[in-house]
Amino acid sequence: MSALIELSGVRKTYRSGAVEFEALRGVDASVGVGEYVAVIGPSGSGKSTLMNLLGCLDVPTEGHYVLAGEDTAALDEAALAVIRNRRIGFVFQQFHLLASMPAWRNVELPLVYAGVPRAERRERAVAALTRVGLADRVDHRPGELSGGQQQRVAVARALVTEPDLLLADEPTGNLDSGSTREVLGLLDELHAAGRTIVLITHEPDVAARAQRNLVIDDGLITVDRPTAAGATR
Amino acid sequence: MSWWETVRSGLAAIRAHRLRSALTVLGIVIGISSVILTVGLGQGAQREVEEQIDALGSNLLIVSPGSSTSGAGVRGGFGSASTLTLADAAAIADPEVVPDAAAVAPAATSSVSLVNGATNWTTSLVGTTPPWLDVRGRELSAGRFFTRAEAAEGAAVAVIGADTASELFGRLSPVGQQVTVDGTRVTIIGVLASSGASASGTSEDDVAVVPVGTASRLTGSTSTAVSTIYVEARSETTLAAAYQEVEALLATRHGVTTAEADFSIATQDSLVETANETNRTFTVLLGGVAGISLLVGGIGVMNIMLVSVTERVREIGLRKALGATPRVIRRQFLVEASLLGLTGGIVGVLVGIVGAQALPRFIDQAVAVSLLATTAALATALALGVGFGVYPATRAARLTPIDALRSE
Ligand SMILES: Nc1ncnc2c1ncn2[C@@H]1O[C@H](COP(=O)(O)OP(=O)(O)OP(=O)(O)O)[C@@H](O)[C@H]1O
Ligand SMILES: [Mg+2]
Repeated sequence: MSALIELSGVRKTYRSGAVEFEALRGVDASVGVGEYVAVIGPSGSGKSTLMNLLGCLDVPTEGHYVLAGEDTAALDEAALAVIRNRRIGFVFQQFHLLASMPAWRNVELPLVYAGVPRAERRERAVAALTRVGLADRVDHRPGELSGGQQQRVAVARALVTEPDLLLADEPTGNLDSGSTREVLGLLDELHAAGRTIVLITHEPDVAARAQRNLVIDDGLITVDRPTAAGATR
Repeated sequence: MSWWETVRSGLAAIRAHRLRSALTVLGIVIGISSVILTVGLGQGAQREVEEQIDALGSNLLIVSPGSSTSGAGVRGGFGSASTLTLADAAAIADPEVVPDAAAVAPAATSSVSLVNGATNWTTSLVGTTPPWLDVRGRELSAGRFFTRAEAAEGAAVAVIGADTASELFGRLSPVGQQVTVDGTRVTIIGVLASSGASASGTSEDDVAVVPVGTASRLTGSTSTAVSTIYVEARSETTLAAAYQEVEALLATRHGVTTAEADFSIATQDSLVETANETNRTFTVLLGGVAGISLLVGGIGVMNIMLVSVTERVREIGLRKALGATPRVIRRQFLVEASLLGLTGGIVGVLVGIVGAQALPRFIDQAVAVSLLATTAALATALALGVGFGVYPATRAARLTPIDALRSE
């Protein structure tokens, strides 16, 4: 199994005024193509920080992050934007949908920045929405959708570019159990279809659905173990 | 992301904040339309004055009492010590002395009340001689002008302007009717055709022209002073010669040198020049005020774009997370600002043009919409949009995606 993600000696120091805080204190990890990994750990342990680095939304203070064979340390902002656009799909806890646009416009947004022609964009957005079971909500605005439906729109947006890596930071954090089941079911399906997924969660039963769990504590990975689901595969 | 795509999303963003966008555009609209209107007013006034002066004829010399401060400027007129007399006019009319003058008409101007039954109308009374009609380039719409014989005997006859006629007689023909001036009966023998122009507030169409002797009788004046002597040169080419002859003659008659002359001679050119100078000053002044309001409108755009950037930080963060490069974000905000500027510009031009059509109905002043001012205003609006959009756009582009996403 070739590695999609390779982290070596990654540190992240936040600076607010004179105060420095080291949120990641030397993380080494690798995630293979097609793996489904859950990152768990107590609040404030550095999970979101790690996720932001993996998503190229932020850059490490020290160490190297190699994504699909490319060292991101060498890249400037514009190049990182292209990487995010081509290789990564995000699902956020707060959905982050644009309220003024209908569902399909939200979903097509990454395609706009990828330079895909209009007609094809609409087609692919509708296909992605169909895939998450929202074929009949294409023209609804986020305000007209339930939380679970909004998060499915966000998942559709994350898949529409067929990215190498799907990153989800507590995607079910704001959802009830029914919607949680729907969204996790979707992730299972995507994993089954070969997509690489890194998911952050608080909940043990959510983490149990992944193949592998990374436990992070105080900025360090303390445990790296396969789950029951991973072991039976 | 293509430009067209950026424009589309810019339009969507503008539509999403309708009220705010409308207010921004309003600032620009007011700026642009006031620039167009003020410049138009200035140019309209200028054109009107030029037309009036043109109507005087290009081979006309206008001699006024009082010295001139500069070669072009004219001083004197009503109120100043009148140093021109009927005798001066008669001297100029002598072809031996001033061979290049074709015709001479003195004009003594005063204000009188004409009474027709119960109707009373105050107008300006011009006492002159028969050549006045030709020299001033006027025509009659009815009746006739007074003759040399009538002028010589000071006959109680008058030729009135079109406006005066309608004020005193309504739709009736005034020719042959009589009016009373201070108890003296005067017969109307002709009506001047409308000149359509109004010079410096007094209408050329509201006037009563009488023989010069009649004028002094009606006003009870014994003075032989006149307020203007119109001299028509034989042709445009002899205008300069006529000018010098008249100047030399009057200087001799008044016993002064031409340098310290107590009269001034204006030509069509010098009048146009003086009028334009005044108008230009006004146009620049008004245009400057309008320009400031345009600048304020532009600052409005910047303000809105800054608010917009602040308010949409999370949107910017999301767009960046989804793959928007700093350049694309900068473009997005620049295009939004330019669209606001351009929309304001176009609406402003339309309002300006409509205003230019409507304004003359309310104030007695033509408004000339100039292509140059309009184009410049549009270009300014666009430049304001882009110029004042640059800073907010740069700020938006500089935000790091994660800080932007995390902001509340
Ligand atoms: N921008 C920042 N500036 C300063 N400190 C920060 C910043 N972002 C995070 N931190 C700190 O870094 C540490 C790790 O934060 P992070 O958001 O990664 O935690 P987390 O594991 O995701 O927690 P949670 O489960 O509550 O989301 C925290 O102590 C946090 O206060
Ligand atoms: Mg977190």
